[in-house]
Amino acid sequence: MDLASAKAIGAGIAVIALSGVGVGIGYIFAALVSSVARNPAARERVFGLAILGFALTEAVALYALVIAFIILFV
Amino acid sequence: MAAGGSIDALSQFKLEPVLGLDFTQSNVMMVVAGVLTFGLLWLGMRPRAMVPGRLQSAAEMSYEAVLGMCTETIGPEGRAYFPFVFTLFFFILFGNLLGVFPFFFTYTSHIAVTLALTVFVVGLVTVVAIRIHGWHFFSYFVPQGVPGALLPLLVPIEVLSYLSRLISLSVRLFANMMAGHVMLEVFGAFVVMLGAAGVIFWVPAGLSLAVNVALIGFELLVATLQAYVFAILTCIYLHDAVHLH
Repeated sequence: MDLASAKAIGAGIAVIALSGVGVGIGYIFAALVSSVARNPAARERVFGLAILGFALTEAVALYALVIAFIILFV
Repeated sequence: MAAGGSIDALSQFKLEPVLGLDFTQSNVMMVVAGVLTFGLLWLGMRPRAMVPGRLQSAAEMSYEAVLGMCTETIGPEGRAYFPFVFTLFFFILFGNLLGVFPFFFTYTSHIAVTLALTVFVVGLVTVVAIRIHGWHFFSYFVPQGVPGALLPLLVPIEVLSYLSRLISLSVRLFANMMAGHVMLEVFGAFVVMLGAAGVIFWVPAGLSLAVNVALIGFELLVATLQAYVFAILTCIYLHDAVHLH
């Protein structure tokens, strides 16, 4: 196998981590929806927390993406 | 852009000296961000009207938002750290937002910049904690209500998690900014490559352009969100430093 195809396969494997991130973001917004449904008055506060959790989870996706970019371009 | 059929996505982050000086376009953007922040507050607050105009509303809202973030997260002591958090938030926010403009440079897309900010934040948090609590600060690394036999395992983990703030905080901001701009570059290159490939490819080229437009909107969201996350995490660390646990 030549180096270019090995790099492409490696980058593809690196972004498998995104499946976990997908599950995590799904959990965050599922919890947001159910908590707002139970107590609509708490929406303002809970929304900020959800966005914070979303940003922290999304960062994990970007770590994987950065690794894929490093494999591909560096 | 698309050179010889391959996408050169990372060359957009190359630093170039401005006018032959030892001063890169990244430094120029930092100066611009500082001037814009200062201008927003100075020009915005000059009328001192009871009923604020648009610019004054923007200045007041940004002040109140960051002040609320400080006092809600840190507590009443948070007022002391408000100027620091405000400066940090606006430096990062303007850095992220200026990067969305074409031909502008995102200085937060360099790990050197974000790591420097993070080293400063973590250093300040440690200094604040030691100044307030003295030697008692080191009890932060000893979880309460844990059997003594587990401490040799848990204390290194706590120390490690304290130090890993340096990496998580800096890489989060840098990776968000870099990945976003690489994505824009990749889809932009798709438009050029598909457009050059022939008339039948103009439809996918148009779709790629539409994706790029949507991505710019997403970048605006991410830019604000990451500045907010950086500032709120700084507040959370300061809360830990002021209150210990």
